[in-house]
Amino acid sequence: MVATPMNGAHSKGKPMKIKLALISAAAIIIASPALAADAPTDPQIAHIAYTADTLDIEAGKQALAQSKNKAVRGFAEEMVRDHTAVNDKALALVKKLKVTPQDNPTSQSLTKAADAERAKLGKLSGAAFDREYINNEVAYHKTVNGALEKTLIPSAKNGELKSLLQTGLTLFREHQAHAEKIAKDIK
Amino acid sequence: MFRRRCILGAGSAGVFLLAAWPAAAAPHSYTVVIDKLKFGPVPAQLHKGDTIVWVNHDILRHSATASDHSFDVGLPAGATGETVLTKTGTILFACKYHPGMRGALQVK
Repeated sequence: MVATPMNGAHSKGKPMKIKLALISAAAIIIASPALAADAPTDPQIAHIAYTADTLDIEAGKQALAQSKNKAVRGFAEEMVRDHTAVNDKALALVKKLKVTPQDNPTSQSLTKAADAERAKLGKLSGAAFDREYINNEVAYHKTVNGALEKTLIPSAKNGELKSLLQTGLTLFREHQAHAEKIAKDIK
Repeated sequence: MFRRRCILGAGSAGVFLLAAWPAAAAPHSYTVVIDKLKFGPVPAQLHKGDTIVWVNHDILRHSATASDHSFDVGLPAGATGETVLTKTGTILFACKYHPGMRGALQVK
């Protein structure tokens, strides 16, 4: 279920280690929505959402530091701006609800995969960097969107958290479409 | 007497017409609300000279940007902006940051 979009997004030169890390992160998030006992709690969901946003902000900042491509830089600015806005809202919400986000294996897997990708991107430049960054953004948003749709939104108990996640899903689908368009243009 | 009444009547009609004409042609202001990455409903009866007030209720920065470049309104989260319609026809618009957000103004 998860492997198909991931495989489709990484057609060129994606190291198996990173691919497996992203797949396992997605698998952890998506695998068990039917099992109520395994469904993430609201504090865990808040942590996963905040982590996913933060990792994409960091990736965007890396792209702004390394890329000279106008379209890629515009996309990276969009990622930093939008994910920061969502995280600001998420932080305000958890404060209001007096919820402490709780670290969990999904957040850890996402972070591990992002660390590996950041290291890989750090060694690239020019068109090779642009392609890798954008292809990873396509894959990353597919993973996170699948998780939001299939697990995080259905599992969220608090109405305001659920609503913020739904807004996030609409936004991240926009990002995915934008990344896919750029990926096609710079192929 | 009759003549005076006619003159008065005609004068009143003139005053009425003069008063009514500019009111009928006066430009209107319409609000379009943006929320959850969508433009709200756009008024159907728009005329040249009318104003669109864009109200961004979203948590994100958006824009109302015409594809023919006739307007480009930046809308930070919670902000309001205005567009005066200066031409007739169909004007397609979108958010330049989130191109999936689209709409069309039909201006007569």
